[in-house]
Order: sequence, then C-alpha cells, then structure tokens
Amino acid sequence: MTRKLLTGNGAAAWGARLAKVDYVPAFPITPQTEIIETIAAWIDAGEMPGRTVTLESEHSMITAAGAAAATGVRVFTATSSQGLLYGMEMVYTVAGWRAPFVMTNVSRGLASPITLEPDHNDIMAARDSGFLQIHCSTCQEVLDSVLMAYRMAEDPRVRLPVIVNLDGFYLSFTREPVEIPDAEAVASFLPPYAPESTRFRASAPSSQAVAVLGGAPYSYFRYESHLAALNAVTVYDETAEAFAKVFGRRHEAVDAYRCDDAEIVLVMIGSFATKAKQAVDQLREAGHAVGLMRPRLLRPLPAEQLQQILAGKKAVAVIDQNISMGMGGVVHSELASVLYGKPGAPPVLASFIGGLGGRDISPEEFYEIAAVTRKAADDGVTPPPRLLYTREEFREIKKLQAIAHAERQELESGQ
Amino acid sequence: MTETKFKRMKDLPSTHLLGTGTPMCAGCGGLEALQEVYDVLGPKTVFVNAAGCMTLLSVYPFTPFRGSWLYTAMASAPAGAQGVRDALDILLEQKRMKHEEDLDVVVLTGDGAAYGMGLSATSGAIERDLDFLYLCYDNEGYGNTGQQFSGATPHAARTATSKGPRGFTGYKKDLFSIWAAHKPAYVATVIGSEPLDLVRKIEKVRQLKGPRLIIALAPCPPGWDFDPRESADIGKLAVKTGVWPLKEYVDGKVVHTKIPRSRLPVEEYLKIQGRFAHLFAPERNEELLQEIQSRVDNYWVGVQE
Repeated sequence: MTRKLLTGNGAAAWGARLAKVDYVPAFPITPQTEIIETIAAWIDAGEMPGRTVTLESEHSMITAAGAAAATGVRVFTATSSQGLLYGMEMVYTVAGWRAPFVMTNVSRGLASPITLEPDHNDIMAARDSGFLQIHCSTCQEVLDSVLMAYRMAEDPRVRLPVIVNLDGFYLSFTREPVEIPDAEAVASFLPPYAPESTRFRASAPSSQAVAVLGGAPYSYFRYESHLAALNAVTVYDETAEAFAKVFGRRHEAVDAYRCDDAEIVLVMIGSFATKAKQAVDQLREAGHAVGLMRPRLLRPLPAEQLQQILAGKKAVAVIDQNISMGMGGVVHSELASVLYGKPGAPPVLASFIGGLGGRDISPEEFYEIAAVTRKAADDGVTPPPRLLYTREEFREIKKLQAIAHAERQELESGQ
Repeated sequence: MTETKFKRMKDLPSTHLLGTGTPMCAGCGGLEALQEVYDVLGPKTVFVNAAGCMTLLSVYPFTPFRGSWLYTAMASAPAGAQGVRDALDILLEQKRMKHEEDLDVVVLTGDGAAYGMGLSATSGAIERDLDFLYLCYDNEGYGNTGQQFSGATPHAARTATSKGPRGFTGYKKDLFSIWAAHKPAYVATVIGSEPLDLVRKIEKVRQLKGPRLIIALAPCPPGWDFDPRESADIGKLAVKTGVWPLKEYVDGKVVHTKIPRSRLPVEEYLKIQGRFAHLFAPERNEELLQEIQSRVDNYWVGVQE
C-alpha cells in the first residue's frame, strides 16, 4: 500500500490499473481526458498490460467496450457529459448484452448552454439504462469504487455494466491523498474475470444481442435485467463487506452521516455532499440536530436502507444537482417514491436545486436550507421547490447583459 | 496469391451453410450474396450486425448461422468489430485462448448504415487498420423501413420518399471510392448473380489482413418493385448494362474484374423495375434516360481490364 496525492481522474485510472483491465476503448472529452491519458501512458511505458484504442466517437467507444466484454475480456472506459449522451444509444444497448464492464463518468453539465463544469444531468440521463451507478464524493472513493464495481458487475447474479461517477473539476482535477492498495491485496478481492458463456469462440458459437419479435420475449429480457439489477443491492453489500475486510475501508451503499439522532436530514450525492457534510458539522455545533444522507449506490436504488435511515425523521431536504425541466430534482422524486406510504416516512420532503454547472453552494445556503426545512417540519407543510440562486448572482448576470448591450449599441452607432 | 479453386460454376459449393427459413423476402439479392459469402467464409466467423433487414436473420431463439453473431446498432457495427477483434487478439496474445478458437470478424450492414450513419465508424475502423471484413448488402434505400431513399439510391429511382415525376433527385454515392481513398487492404464490388466473381473475391480477402470491404448490390423485389423470380436476371443486367461495375481495389490499384464486352442499354435494366416505371409511362422521359445512360457511358470511358 502506498499513499499518494491523486486527482479523481488519477484515482479512476489507478482503479482500472489495479483491476488489471485488458482493454480500454477511449475517446477524449473534458474533464475526463486525464483518465485515458494516464492509462495510455502506463500501457505505452509497459507499466500496465492491456491495450487501449481511441475510437472516433463515444458511440463507437461504448460499442467497442460492450463488444470486447461480450468476447470475454475485462474492459474499462471513461466518458463525460456530451460524450455520455452521444453514446447514449449504446449505453442502453450494451447494458442489455449482460456483458459486464466498468465505465467512469466524470459529471459535467449538459448543453445548452454548453459548459465544462459539473452537475448530474448527464448521469441522470443514464439512470434507466441498465447500467448500475456508484456515486463518489472523494478521490479515495473513486479508486475503491472502480474495484468494487468490477466485483459487483461480474457477479453471476448481476452481470450488468457499472458506471462509477465522479464530479468534473471538484473531484476530477482535485488532488487528495489516496491509498493505493497493493496488487496482491486487490487480487485477493477481485479474481480474474470469468466470462463463462458470454464470449465468442470458434468451438462454441454464440449469438448475442439478437432481436426479438413481440412483447413477451422483449419483456422477458427487460425483466431479467431489472431483477439482476435488484440482486445488485445484496451483491453490493457483500462486496462492501469483502472490501472492508481486505482494505479496512467500508463504503456503504448509503452513507449516513450524523443521521442517528438527527431530526432533519439533508440528502445529496457526489462531491458537493462534502460541502453539506461541513455544513452539518457547523449546524450541529450551533445545536441543530441535522444529518446528511448520501446514497452512493443510485442504481439499484437501495430503497430499504434509505427508508431505514429516514424513518422517524421530522423533515428531509433533498438538494439535487440536476434539473428535470418541468418537474424538478430527480433524486427528490426518487426518494418520494421510496418513502411514500412507508411507516415512519418523514412528513416533509423538501426539494432544492443547486450546484448546476458547478455553481457553488455556500455554507449560508446550507444553513438557509436547514432553517426552511426546520420551519416546514414545525408547520407541517412542505415548502415549494427552491432554485438556489442569490440576488447578487442575478444582479451580476443583469449587469453583464447590460454591458454587452451597451457595447453593441456603441459599435452600431459607430462611435 | 494462390490459384483460385473456383474455376467454373461447378466448383461452387452445391449445398449452403446458412440455414433456411429466414424472414428475408423472396428473391432477396442480399441474402443471395450472403449465402455465397458464408459458404466461403464458413462458421469460424462472428458477424457483427448493424440495424437493417438482416438484423432479422437472428431472432431469438433462432439463427441461420452456424457460427457467431452480435447485433450492435445502426451506426457502430465497425466499432463492435473493433471490440471483438481486439478482445480476441488480447486473448491470443496472453495465451488465454487457443489459436483454433480464433474467429474472422465480419461486419454485416445494409446501405443505410454503410453509406450514411455508419460511415464515420467505418472510416475509423479502416484508419485504425482493423483486421476485419465488411459486407454491405446494398439495396439502394432504407429497405427495412419500406424503401425510403438513402445515400445509395440511384438517380431517378422512385422510393417511398421520392415519389415525384423525376424520382430521387440525388445521385448514388460512390462508396467504393470513399472506402478506397482510405487505402485499406481491399475493397470490392460484387453481386450475388455473379457467384464466380463473388466467391473468388471472398477467397482472396480471406488470405489478406487488415480492412477488407465488400459492397454487394442487392436486388430487392419489394423495394425495387419487381417479381422475386426476376432477381437474378436483374442482377445480371446490372452488370451487363454497366450500371454495377464489378471491380476491386487492391495494392493501391482499381481493377475491373468483369468488363461487359458490349454493354446493353441501361434501359434494359431500368424498364423491368417498378421503381423506374415513371421513366417510361405515361410517357418516355427521354431526357432522364439519356442522363442515366450517359453517366454510365462516362464511367466506362477508359476503363481497362
């Protein structure tokens, strides 16, 4: 075991290297590119076995990833944002091949407007694809989650690809101390991939990903994938247990921070949850019984664990770093469906949207969220969804528009 | 190159490897070509398929192939071939698979994918020098959806989306030249109705490495509007009139493998297909017929065997 300062991208690359991946189809996109550059450099230098190939698009990259996995090798790939969307047809398609592999997605806001900075609308678009999803909030988690993802994906009860998600910039380019486990320890946790019948060999011809005619066979395969994804709740817990035994670090499917005696619980995924964590500590110091719940596993959604953690709480505030136009926060609605009608479900489930395109969420905003949620709990009325935005930010935008407008007029009047 | 074992028609296999009872249309020129190709390639193959008519060959839980099959999507079959080929190479390299277990990777797409949506993926695969075979069955339109025009549709053809008096106003894309411009190991045109020419080419590509791409013109009874029994004759006429030149690109040179000695008028080919009926009735469209003929004539100027 060595300890090193690694970016989230570096940690993802180390995860792939330690998992001894055979094949890395790649395509560059900000803020993911460092992952494939790092792996390519290792392979070129002979420090890592395996092969990498740069495809001409993410659509092709994900096709090649799925096809190689279907041929029976261990595959890793990485993408981000527009790239994930460009490959989305294949994200859905290869998940149905039941050929497991791991892809990291470095979350970045989606066009339009085009941006480089993070939020979770990209990964939410893959929500219903059949890919399982693990969301990370630290660089260590990124490395560990890649290893866990392979074990979970390749489990015969699951056999689905997994996306390990990390936020662009906040994790991708941020250096944190990361423990890099020894290869022997990893080998004891993650045995070589056993493709079983998911492969192409001359002596054992197989037809994979064939068409179906009619709803009955179609439903059969769709249900099979769903049931396999549900199996992954148990498999994840077993994997976390085995991981803790070998490496001494435990990554629960749902990270509950100071939730036990909390009256109010904030809910967030990804790296911005570390901001919420700090706010929780501050609020606790000020005497408020506030906790933070951070689902790491979003697909499958560990419903029972979420219900247990939130049972008996006075109010919950979900802070979504995504926006479903005309509806609101995706995690909020997922949680509502998990909690509705369940014994002990909190009477108030408030929704806040923030952190879009990397927009910061300040400590003051977290305090305000907690205050609004506490008041809602006291009144017994869930407040309307809030879009986090400050008066100052609004003023700045208006100011920029006014300046651009004035300059344009100046230009047109020929002065 | 070794001497061909296919010298005469009687050297062609008398039984086919591909199973019967597929849902392809009666008289499908694409299936005819695929049968002939498969007889030469054999079952140590994995067909990587793009969305198109032939996606319906393997419908769960049946397949006419004795070898393997992977359906991908419309645009990315060559990338699927990349993944399979690379994975097989890795397994061979690391001695995790015996050499006898290796497979030839064959992309199978229609013209809709080959000429349009999948062109970028094909270009990428050639540029990466992927060792694969690409078979495009070209029925000159989006056949599986009811024959709308594609980048492969010939000038003046009536399709489901070009029903006006002049038919399709565009021109068939020269995919052979586009592919050849990438300088791959091999490019050829074939047609099922000229089986000797076809099998000799497939025999040749089996001995080559790298990207090897084949376009098979695929007479299509429902799409071109003719009786299925005419399929082979229409294929022969496509060659005899010079509409479909049989050629290959190898070692940087284009060679025509069958030059029609005295080309029949293009009209002979057009008039027996419903998709060109508007060129003959209610009145003859002399101007369009002339244009089509002179384009074919221009093609053959200076072509040598």
